[in-house]
Amino acid sequence: MARVYIFKGFERFWHWTQALLIITMLVTGFEVHGTYSLLGWHKAGELHTTSAWALMGLWVFAIFWHFTTGEWRQYIPTTSKMLDVALFYAFGMFKGEHHPYLKTKNRKHNPLQRVAYLGVKLFINPLLWCSGLFYLFYNQLGAVGLGGVSLGLIALAHTLGAFLMLLFLIAHIYLGTAGHTPTAHFKAMVTGWDDDVNEEPLGAKAQ
Amino acid sequence: MQVIKQAMIVFATLAFMNSAYPANAPDSAQPPQKLLKSTADHSKFKELQQEFASGPEVTKACIGCHTEAAKQIHLTQHWKWEFRNPDSQQLLGKKHVVNNFCTSVTSNYKACASCHIGYNTDGPNFDLTSETNVDCLVCHDQTGKYKKPAGFAGNPVVKDTEFPPGSGKIVKGIDLSDIAQKVGQTRRATCGACHFYGGGGDGVKHGDLDSSLEAPEKAVDVHMDSKGLNFSCSTCHMTEGHQVPGSRYAPTAQDKEAAHMRGKSDKSNPTTCQACHGQAPHKKEAKLNDHTDKLACQTCHIPAFARGDVPTKMSWDWSTAGKRGPDGKPLVVKDEDGYDTYLGIKGDFVWKTNVTPEYMWFNGKVKYTLADDKIEKANQPIYISKFEGSADDGKSMIWPVKLFRGKQPFDAENKTLTINHLAGQDDAAYWKNLNWDKAIAAGMAAAGKPFSGKYDFIETAAMWPIAHMVAPKDKALGCSDCHSSNGRLEKVDGIYIPGRGRDHIALLDTAGWALAALTLLGVIGHGIGRILTAKRTH
Repeated sequence: MARVYIFKGFERFWHWTQALLIITMLVTGFEVHGTYSLLGWHKAGELHTTSAWALMGLWVFAIFWHFTTGEWRQYIPTTSKMLDVALFYAFGMFKGEHHPYLKTKNRKHNPLQRVAYLGVKLFINPLLWCSGLFYLFYNQLGAVGLGGVSLGLIALAHTLGAFLMLLFLIAHIYLGTAGHTPTAHFKAMVTGWDDDVNEEPLGAKAQ
Repeated sequence: MQVIKQAMIVFATLAFMNSAYPANAPDSAQPPQKLLKSTADHSKFKELQQEFASGPEVTKACIGCHTEAAKQIHLTQHWKWEFRNPDSQQLLGKKHVVNNFCTSVTSNYKACASCHIGYNTDGPNFDLTSETNVDCLVCHDQTGKYKKPAGFAGNPVVKDTEFPPGSGKIVKGIDLSDIAQKVGQTRRATCGACHFYGGGGDGVKHGDLDSSLEAPEKAVDVHMDSKGLNFSCSTCHMTEGHQVPGSRYAPTAQDKEAAHMRGKSDKSNPTTCQACHGQAPHKKEAKLNDHTDKLACQTCHIPAFARGDVPTKMSWDWSTAGKRGPDGKPLVVKDEDGYDTYLGIKGDFVWKTNVTPEYMWFNGKVKYTLADDKIEKANQPIYISKFEGSADDGKSMIWPVKLFRGKQPFDAENKTLTINHLAGQDDAAYWKNLNWDKAIAAGMAAAGKPFSGKYDFIETAAMWPIAHMVAPKDKALGCSDCHSSNGRLEKVDGIYIPGRGRDHIALLDTAGWALAALTLLGVIGHGIGRILTAKRTH
């Protein structure tokens, strides 16, 4: 094990800004939905829309970053050791075992993380992104031949996406405490340095 | 000493003279002559410098110069009190509809005609072709002195007259010559002389039109604000050849046109909000423009009607009329503000100010229940006028509406609304004898309709579009007024309103929150497990 600089500056900026925006959007979004009254509908709606534009802008940069740096490979799913990781969370953790997945700089997500993050990126985000844009431009849908889509359906898809994001967020925050110490993952995500990383084996490839 | 005394006397004299002759003071100089907006000063017209013994004599003088004016008037609803709805083909207008205020003009012309723009309007068959019977003064009076008292068939009274005869009450005569010499454009007060007092008193009928609009504050009406834009009625209801656009018998519920280029030829209605403001009037908050496809402007911008401290009637129950007081006269009960909540001649009333409208889809079509239409008591309330429309007909908008409720007589056997003879000095008039049998029989006879002799009372409701008393934008409705459960639009169907609980798929919300709670419980349990096992392993 070694202390390795694993999360780059942009990655950390992107992660935490996204976290802030997503939490803001969950809070304001469920107010717009009518679940509770906190900021007032007008302010909630405004903040939700502003955050949405900011997040979409951030996503554009993040996608660009992932492809130019090759970091997109971190999300290639794998079944290798997936069962081990699941068993570790179910039993091993309670026995004081070490995490069965040895991360390296080029394979920093364990198999469960890969599947979960890929799901967020390929399903939840696009669902929220598309339904959100439909919501924002509802009155212009007719002009692009989508006039038949009802606002109720758009809202349904958007709400579904919001619940999935909420579930992800709860699990994600909790699993953030599942490092070799409860704060290890958080520290790594803030400073970029993780002290529980395998040295990069020579010629290692991202799987 | 002597010199000082003399100087003081001179000074005092001068001071006295100065105050005694204020004309010398600089601030009392003759005001500059007020510039007439019109190119004609009617006081200089010889034709008007005469004593007029009647309204028609004045009109004769008017149409001597304004040769086409009366012919133009003859084509208007204001004159005919008749309107053929081009969609439903229903023959409407005051002459034909039965309402749930004073029910019908048919046998009450002498009283009702105080709001007709004609003279000698003494019955349903008055001479519609007479040019001299057109009343020019009622719309063009600038003095505020022109009056058409009820009971004179639309004629002004030029000499002091006892009315009703033998009552000892004197109706003061007015000087038609003076009024005729000062005529000018229509004003809020001239239009209002009838439209503010419809239904028998100030604010009674519309709720969004009452005497507070004669000189309103900005908060009451942003356009008519007498210290601001100061619009007259005709600024929006812009006439051409005396034809006044904007009829509630066939209103424009949805206007998808751009704002009018003045002078450009088009057939759209110049009285809609969009006629001036276009389709995207919200400059600062563009999202609001996304609402103009479904919401009438009035829905947000007229948050309440009867906002000028003049209450409007919300219901009228004729079935309780007929009670007399201890003095034998029809009973009068007033509320603490002096408004009659019960009249022996009319029944029970409910008055309200600052009324929240009802909201409904409206496509501009209004269906009237007319005197010949069959009605069933089982279908109460009978909609005397009902707005049509739905979310998906592509023509409707959500409109604010005054729903006026009533209870009025109907023929229990023939199952029709009755024409009731109310006003007049004859024995059959209800307001004289409080006898429905006679009043209904006389009214139906005057209308030429059959009456079985059996009457009952039936609940009725009428819808009135709310289009006036537009509030300043900071007083318009806010988002959460509608984007909430139990908000303004709670009852409006066919539309998804973000924030309105009843639009949600309950299953999704329930499942979503349940899963979130389970996940949370799961991770908390897992965390507790870790803490406990961590202690054990140490």
